[in-house]
Amino acid sequence: MRRPRCSSVGAFVGAEPAAHTRARLSDDEGALIRALDLSFDYGHGSVLRDVTLMVRAGEFVALVGPNGSGKSTLLKVLLGALPPGSGRVELLGRAPGDVHDRWRVGYVPQRPSLLSEVPATVEEIVSAGRLRQRGWWRGLTGSDREAVGHAIESVGLGPLADRPLNELSIGQQQRAFIARAFAGEPALLVLDEPIAGVDAESQRRFRDSLVHLIRQHGAGVLLVSHELAAVADVIDRVVVLKERVVFDGSPEELAARGVSLGVHREDLPLWLEDLG
Amino acid sequence: MIATLPIPYPFESAESQRALVACLAVGVFAPMIGAFLVQKRLSLVGDGIAHVAFAGVGAGLLLEIWPVWSALAFAVMGAIGVEMLRLKRKAAGDLALALFFYVGIAMGAVFASRAGDLELETLPYLFGDPYAVTWTGVAMVGALGVIVVVAMRLAGRALFAVVTDEDWSRVAGLPVGALSMALAALTAGVIVAGMRVVGILLIAAMMVLPVASAQLVSRSFRGTLRLAVAIGAVSSLVGLTIARPLDLAPGGSIVFVAAALFAAIALAKRTAPRALQQEAH
Repeated sequence: MRRPRCSSVGAFVGAEPAAHTRARLSDDEGALIRALDLSFDYGHGSVLRDVTLMVRAGEFVALVGPNGSGKSTLLKVLLGALPPGSGRVELLGRAPGDVHDRWRVGYVPQRPSLLSEVPATVEEIVSAGRLRQRGWWRGLTGSDREAVGHAIESVGLGPLADRPLNELSIGQQQRAFIARAFAGEPALLVLDEPIAGVDAESQRRFRDSLVHLIRQHGAGVLLVSHELAAVADVIDRVVVLKERVVFDGSPEELAARGVSLGVHREDLPLWLEDLG
Repeated sequence: MIATLPIPYPFESAESQRALVACLAVGVFAPMIGAFLVQKRLSLVGDGIAHVAFAGVGAGLLLEIWPVWSALAFAVMGAIGVEMLRLKRKAAGDLALALFFYVGIAMGAVFASRAGDLELETLPYLFGDPYAVTWTGVAMVGALGVIVVVAMRLAGRALFAVVTDEDWSRVAGLPVGALSMALAALTAGVIVAGMRVVGILLIAAMMVLPVASAQLVSRSFRGTLRLAVAIGAVSSLVGLTIARPLDLAPGGSIVFVAAALFAAIALAKRTAPRALQQEAH
């Protein structure tokens, strides 16, 4: 197994976010997600410290970090599921709790918490993605059904739309959850480890869907994943988290430091392991 | 006074016709709510709330008010209490349920024993007595049915999203707390409406057994819901029809038919899986 070519992993640790990034964050009105000097703890030690992060429209940002680096906590704070300890968070230009048009945020959870007793088809799951569009108490309109159909087609599950989810492979199930997020035609898509353990075909479909969403709809994407090889060529920025942001730059800048996202698949996971 | 319809034995009398209407209503509406509870992996929540309703029956007997009202108040409060404990993660779903379950049955026994003869007063509520249901009782079941149907029409899709994936629903901005509370209140309403029909100890079975049967052959949530309603109605009709000639307790008879249908469908699925799956499409 290859070791990372990064000669000094420690050189990244402790590095502050660039001054220009902080200045830009203060005045960028078009940011979909904006976190400034964000800190958080669960009462027994710091989990996030002075985290500064931004995702803009049309931007594909990958958030990586070793296990226990605070990625999941950061996502919860950014999405409003946890209040920040200190610092500022804005989601679609407002405090997360004050966002009224939350349907503009598409979310793909790390592990689907369903697969329960009652069968549910791909179409039924994906249709839920349209609930907030016009009000959850209203029925689906023709345009809603069209959007659901497009979302299912875009992840390559068209022929399986009527199949129960529990009859599909893990990769296909994950694609259904991605389609649910797409169905809402989100301005911002947040994905938590969406391709962990899924097959190559699903990974390829996943990449193409994200490219379509960003290029055709101008959406911003924040992807948390250890496996970036499938999307390495379309990522704009990589943010490395280990309690605080230890790297925030383009894949080329990361490569200049000897860590590759795509060409040498094993580079990033090994580097993150060393960080941990 | 509503005229008795010319229906043959065993539904020739006004009592038996009221019993038939009440049983059919419970058979239809209980699985409608039950499908969401099963999907939420809270199949036993109905049992827990039914035991809290028993405390309400005891309180009603003690305070000399119609036990249905006090049972409804206790059941709604209990259902919302269980849901609040679960939503705030103060206790796991089953632990929250156990707390209410045991306290409810103990309170019911204490209140009823203070009110008089524990067995005589509480047996019709514990095991049901559809032949004793008055037109007021039938009207109450009917009103509840209207509420359930309207709620399903307005909130069915959102409830499906919440019970299927609560974390996602929260991020999507759905009112998870309010919808969960509404489902809890509807569950309490169905339990109290069905209490005099199949009994506190068996009403939860009518919420779960038809759904368990339907999900064996259906391939969608909508399909499961529709089939469960049909199985619930058939169970009520067959159970009540055989109860009188065979001198069986109607509540037990109905639930027994529902259980027998589950066993028959499970067996049929094992022996002819493909044929059944085609039919379910």
